[in-house]
Amino acid sequence: MRITQGTFSYLPDFTDDEIKAQVRYCLVNGWAISVEYTDDPHPRNVYWEMWGLPMFDLTDPDAVMQEINQCRATFPDVYIKVNGYDRTKGRQTTMLSFILQRPKHEPGFYLERTEGMDRQIKYTIRSYAKGKPRDSAASQD
Amino acid sequence: MAGTNISGKKKNRWAAGVTPYAEMGYYNADYEPKDTDILCAFRLVPHDSVEAIEAAAAVAGESSTATWTVVWTDRLTPYEHYQAKCYRVDPVPGTDQYIAYIAYDIDLFEEGSIANLTSSIIGNVFGFKALKSLRLEDMRIPPHYVKTFQGPPHGIVMEREYLNKFGRPLLGATIKPKLGLSARNYGRVVYEALRGGLDFTKDDENINSQPFMRWRDRYLFCMEAVNRAMAVSGEIKGHYLNVTAGTMEEMYERADFARELGSVIVMIDLTIGYTAIQSMAKWARRNGVILHLHRAGHGTYTRQKTHGVNFRVIAKWMRLAGVDHIHAGTVVGKLEGDPNAVRGYYDTLRENKVAVNLNFGLYFEQDWASMPGVMPVASGGIHAGQMHQLLSYLGEDVVLQFGGGTIGHPDGVAQGATANRVAVEAIIQARNDGRDYLNEGPEILQSAARWSPELRKALEVWKDVTYNFESTDVPDALATLTV
Repeated sequence: MRITQGTFSYLPDFTDDEIKAQVRYCLVNGWAISVEYTDDPHPRNVYWEMWGLPMFDLTDPDAVMQEINQCRATFPDVYIKVNGYDRTKGRQTTMLSFILQRPKHEPGFYLERTEGMDRQIKYTIRSYAKGKPRDSAASQD
Repeated sequence: MAGTNISGKKKNRWAAGVTPYAEMGYYNADYEPKDTDILCAFRLVPHDSVEAIEAAAAVAGESSTATWTVVWTDRLTPYEHYQAKCYRVDPVPGTDQYIAYIAYDIDLFEEGSIANLTSSIIGNVFGFKALKSLRLEDMRIPPHYVKTFQGPPHGIVMEREYLNKFGRPLLGATIKPKLGLSARNYGRVVYEALRGGLDFTKDDENINSQPFMRWRDRYLFCMEAVNRAMAVSGEIKGHYLNVTAGTMEEMYERADFARELGSVIVMIDLTIGYTAIQSMAKWARRNGVILHLHRAGHGTYTRQKTHGVNFRVIAKWMRLAGVDHIHAGTVVGKLEGDPNAVRGYYDTLRENKVAVNLNFGLYFEQDWASMPGVMPVASGGIHAGQMHQLLSYLGEDVVLQFGGGTIGHPDGVAQGATANRVAVEAIIQARNDGRDYLNEGPEILQSAARWSPELRKALEVWKDVTYNFESTDVPDALATLTV
C-alpha cells in the first residue's frame, strides 16, 4: 500500500528538482526546514526521528538538498519527510510537510477490532512494520 | 419639579410623555467611542415621516435603556453611562438607506453570553415601526469582551496538528442522498469517500435520527468506515457526526457516544441556538473533539441587503461562542456569496487582527486578542475543475466540501474523492512552484489528468458547471466612510 500522509502523496513521487522547488517556497516564506524519518508511519506517530535539528539558519535550497541527500543515503529504505515550520505568532506550526522517500515495500496497517457490549467495537490500528520488530531505524540498514 | 414644557422651547428631558430619542441622549455626534465599547454598524431605512438621525437614535435607545416614553426611574441610574449612543449617521448614496454607527458600553452585556449580547442588540429593534427595515452590518467586539468567551475549542492550528495535515485545504464531502439511506449503506459511502482521499465526510444538517436511520446505528457504521479508511490510507480521517437533537440532554448523549467511539469530530446545526452552541463548545474543549457548525437557517436573515443580520456578524458571534468549523461560502458554488463579502467573512474567522475594509464589508477593525481562528468550510456545488479558483478565493486554511462533486463521479465515490485530492495537490504544488496558478489552473489540472484517470473523468463530467448569478448582497463601499 501507499500511505497518503503529507501534502503531496497523491502526486507521483517528486524529482529532486520538484523537491527543491518546494524547499525554496518554504525558505522564501521564512520557514525553517526540518527532515524527519521513521519506519513506523502510524497515522498517530507524531514524533518521527529528527535528522538533526530544524535548519533555522539554512537559507540556501542547495544546502537543504545536501542534508536531504545525506539522510537518504544513510536511511535508504525508510520513510523520510521534509517539513516547513513557521514560527510567527498565531501560527507556530508546520506549514508544509511531504514524504520524499518511501521504503521499497510499504507494509501498511492492520485494523484490530475488539468487540464490546451493545455492538460497540474498539478499533486499534497496528503498523505491520512494527509486527516483526527490527532494529531501530536509527541504525544503519 | 423644574422644567415645565414651555411652548417653542425644547421639551425638558424629564417631562412626562414622549420625547424624541435623539433628544434623550441616544444621539451624540461628539461622542468618541471608548476602546472598551461594543460598536455596531446598522443599515437602516427610516419610515418616510422619520428623520434618519431620530431613527438611528431610536435604534440606540431601544437596544439599550429606552422605552417609548420618558420614565422617571432613569434618574435612579447614571443613565448617561448605560445609554447606547449613535455617534454617526451616513447616507448610502443613491438609496433611501443610512449607515448608523452606535456605541454600547461594555457594562451593558453579560460576560461570555452570546444570548445576552444578541438579546440586547437585535432583541427588539428589528420590528420597530419607525423603520422600514434594519440590518446589522458589522460589530466591533473589543478585546476586553472577547476575552470573556471561550472561543473555538481547538482552532485551526490545533486541528491541523491533531489531524497531521498541513499545507493544503482539507477535503470533505457531505453524504448524499441527504435523506433516506440506511445506516449500513450510508457507512459505505463514508468508507469509499475517505479511502479515496478525502479527509472528512459529513452528515447533512437535517440528518439527525429519523425513522430510516437512527443516530446510534449511523455512528457505529460510520466509525467502522472511518477506521477502515484510516487503516488503508495511513492517514487520520473523520466523519462529522451530527449530534443536533431536540434537547441538550440528547445532544450530550450523542456527543458522548461519538467520543467513546473515537470520533475526532462532531457536528451541530446553527438551529440549536446560541446557548446550546456555547454548551457544545465547552463539551468539545473538555473532550478534545473538534466541533463543526453547519449554518442551517442563516439565509432567512443574512441574505437580504436591507433587513436582517449580515453573516459577518454571525461569523463573529460563532467565533466567540466557540466552534472549530463554520460554513462560510464558496464564491463559485451554488449558494449565495459575493467574492468580496466572502473574503470579509473568511478574514473575520481566521485572522487575529482585521482592519477596516469597506470593499470587504468590514466597517470596523477587529482585534481577536489571540483567540484561535475558525476553519471556514466551503460547501455547495463545487467540483475539482474549480480547484484553482477555490484556492485563490478561499486560501489554504479551509475545508473544501465536494458532496455531489465526489459522490456523483461516474466511476464511483472513491474515484471522485481521488479526483479532488489529486486536483488540490497539483494546484498547491503549482502555487508553491511560483506559477500563476489561477490563470494556468485549467492547464495544471489537465496535465495532472493525463496520469490521473479519476481527475480526467471529473473534469470531463463537470466541465460546464458554473453558477453565474448576480449576488443579492454586495458590499457598498462608501467613499465618505473613514472610520
